[in-house]
Amino acid sequence: MAVKAVVPEAHAATGPTPPPAIPGYDWTQHRWGFGVDATKCIGCLRCVEACKRENDVAADAHHFRTWVERYVYLEGEDKPRIDSHHDPVNIEASGSEGEYRFANRYKDAKVEKAFFVPKLCNHCTHPACVQVCPTGATYKTEDGVVLIDHNYCIGCQYCVQACPYGARFFNERKQVTDKCTWCYHRITKGLQPACVEVCPVGARIFGDLKDKQSPISQFIRNNRTYVLRPESGNAPNVYYVGIDKDVV
Amino acid sequence: MNTLFEAMPFTGYVYPNETVLAWTVLIVVYPYLTGLVAGAFTVSSLYQVFGMQRFKPVAHLALLTSLCCMLVVPTPLLLHLGHPERALNAVITPHTTSAFAIFGYAAGFYAILLILENWFVFRPHIVQQAQRKKGPLGWFYRVLSLGSYDLSEKAMRYDRKWIFALAVIGIPAAHGLHGYVGFVFGSLKSREWWSSDLMPAVFLFSAIISGTALLIVLYVVSCRLRKVPVDLPCLKGMAYTLWGFMMFTLLLEGVEFASLVYRGREGIEMIMEYVKGPLIVPFAVLQFGVGSLLPLLVLSFMIWRGITGKVLVAGVAASAFLVLFAVLMMRWNVVIGGQEIAKTGKGLLEYHPLVFGREGILAAVAVVTAPFVLLSLMVRLFPPWAHDAKTA
Repeated sequence: MAVKAVVPEAHAATGPTPPPAIPGYDWTQHRWGFGVDATKCIGCLRCVEACKRENDVAADAHHFRTWVERYVYLEGEDKPRIDSHHDPVNIEASGSEGEYRFANRYKDAKVEKAFFVPKLCNHCTHPACVQVCPTGATYKTEDGVVLIDHNYCIGCQYCVQACPYGARFFNERKQVTDKCTWCYHRITKGLQPACVEVCPVGARIFGDLKDKQSPISQFIRNNRTYVLRPESGNAPNVYYVGIDKDVV
Repeated sequence: MNTLFEAMPFTGYVYPNETVLAWTVLIVVYPYLTGLVAGAFTVSSLYQVFGMQRFKPVAHLALLTSLCCMLVVPTPLLLHLGHPERALNAVITPHTTSAFAIFGYAAGFYAILLILENWFVFRPHIVQQAQRKKGPLGWFYRVLSLGSYDLSEKAMRYDRKWIFALAVIGIPAAHGLHGYVGFVFGSLKSREWWSSDLMPAVFLFSAIISGTALLIVLYVVSCRLRKVPVDLPCLKGMAYTLWGFMMFTLLLEGVEFASLVYRGREGIEMIMEYVKGPLIVPFAVLQFGVGSLLPLLVLSFMIWRGITGKVLVAGVAASAFLVLFAVLMMRWNVVIGGQEIAKTGKGLLEYHPLVFGREGILAAVAVVTAPFVLLSLMVRLFPPWAHDAKTA
C-alpha cells in the first residue's frame, strides 16, 4: 500500500503543524464505524478503565472519553433511574473517584428491567463540534474520525457546548478540549480501540465500514440499529442495538 | 479532589462530563460588556446620526464609554481561554463555519471605527491641548493630533462628515456585534434553553437598555462630581428611550419563553422544574421583579405624573441602576442557566462560582470595573462635557 501523509484538510492550507504521516496508512481507504450491543454489556467498566489508561484521561469521575450508563426500571415506576460513574453512591462504592464500579444499590428493590449503555463520541458525519470550532483545531478526518489538534486548540470550549452527547470535556492539564478518538493512534496501525479490545463480552464492535466483512459492517447488516439523537442532524456514527426510548 | 476544577453538584441524571462547567462567570461578563458597548453607541447615535439635540450633553460621553467598554471586551474571553496565547489562531486561520471565528474581525473592525470616531469628535480638544500643553502630556496630544492642527470651519465641516459617516456605519456594526453574540448562544441546538431564533434580538434590545441605563447613571454621577446641574430634557430623553426599549425587551423575552414552553419539546419538564425552582430568585425576583418591573413602574409613574427636578433625577438614576442589574442577571440566567439544565434533559446542575482564580468572581468584578477605571482616566484626557461651538 502506498504511503500517504495524513494531513487534515482544514489545516493543510492554513498553518497549524500537520500531524505526522503514518507509514503505510492511507486514510482514503477506510471509513471507521463503531457499534454497541447494549444487550451484551455487563457494566464491568473495563472499557472505562482501559480508555483512561490508554489515553491518559484524568483519573476522576468527571472526565471521560467513554463511560457507561445504567438504566433501571423499578416496579411501579414509569421512568428509569439512570446513573453513571459520577454518581456519589457509585463513587463511594468504588472507594475513590479514580476507581469505577456500579454500586449494588438496587439489590433490595423490585427491578422490572435494567441494562447498561456504553457511551462515547459519536464521530458524527455532520459534527456540530467541528462546525463551531473557531480555529479549525477540531476536524473530521477522511476516514470518518473527529479529532482535535491539541497544539492548535485555544481552549474556548465552544465545542463542549455544541456536542449534544456530552462527549467532550476540558483537559485541565493541557488546557484544551478532549474527547474519544476511537484510539486513532491504534486503529491506524491495524489495532482495535482499547475499549473494544478489553470488552469481555463483545459489547463494543469496531471496524471499517468500507470492508463488507468487517465486524461493524456485519453488525449493522445483521441487526436493526439505532443512533442517539438522530433529530440533531449530526448524523452520528455509533450504532446501537438493545436500547430503549428513554436512553439519553 | 483534583484542584484543577470544581465539580458541580447535580440532581437527576446529567452526563459525567457536564459536571465541570464549561463557561463560567467570565462568559456572563463578556456579553454584558459588548451589550454596554452597543447600547452606549446607540445613545451617541441618537445625537450624531439622528440629530436629537437633547442628547448632546451625553453624546460624547456615550462615545467615550463605548470605546472604554470595547477595549475591555476581549479580556474576559482571553481570561477564559485555555491557551490565550493562541487566541489569534481564530483570526489567522478562521474556521468559516464557526460563529465565533468572526468575532476577531467584527470586534476589530468596530474597535477601529470607535477609535476613529472618537478621534474626530475629540480632535478640537486634542489640537488645543497639543498647542497649549508642554512636557510629556503635550507630546501625547501632539502625537495624537497626527500633525493636523487645522480647526478652520472647512476642516470642522469635513470632520462632521466623517463623524456622521462613522456613526452611520457604527449602528449596524455595534448592533451586529452584539446580535452576533446572541447568535453564538441561540444557534446551539444542543441546549433547549439557548436554542432560539429570538436570542439575537433579545440580546440586542437588552444591550440597548443596558447602554442607555449606563449612560443615565454615568451622566447623573458625573454631574454630581462636577457639581453641575443635570440637563433635565436630556435625562428625560434617555428615560423615554429606556422605557421604550424596555417594553420591546420584555415583550421579546416573554415571547421567547412562551414559545419555548408552547413548543414543549423534549426536556421541557426539566426546564419547567428549573424555572419553578432554582430560577425563581435569579429570574423571577431579581431579573424580572426588582430589575425590570420595578424600574418600569417607577419610570411609567414619573412620565405619567410629569415629575421633574431632583425627584426625577433620583428616580431615573435609581431605575437605570436597577436595569443595569437586571441585564447582568439576564446574561447570568442565559449563560449559567443554560448550563445548569443538563443536556440529558433529565437533570439539573448547580453552579457555585469560585471567588479567586482566573475564572472567579473577583476576576469578573475586575473585568466589569476596568472600563470605568479607564473611563475616569479618559474623561480627564478627553473631556466629553465641553460643548463649545467648535466641538462637533
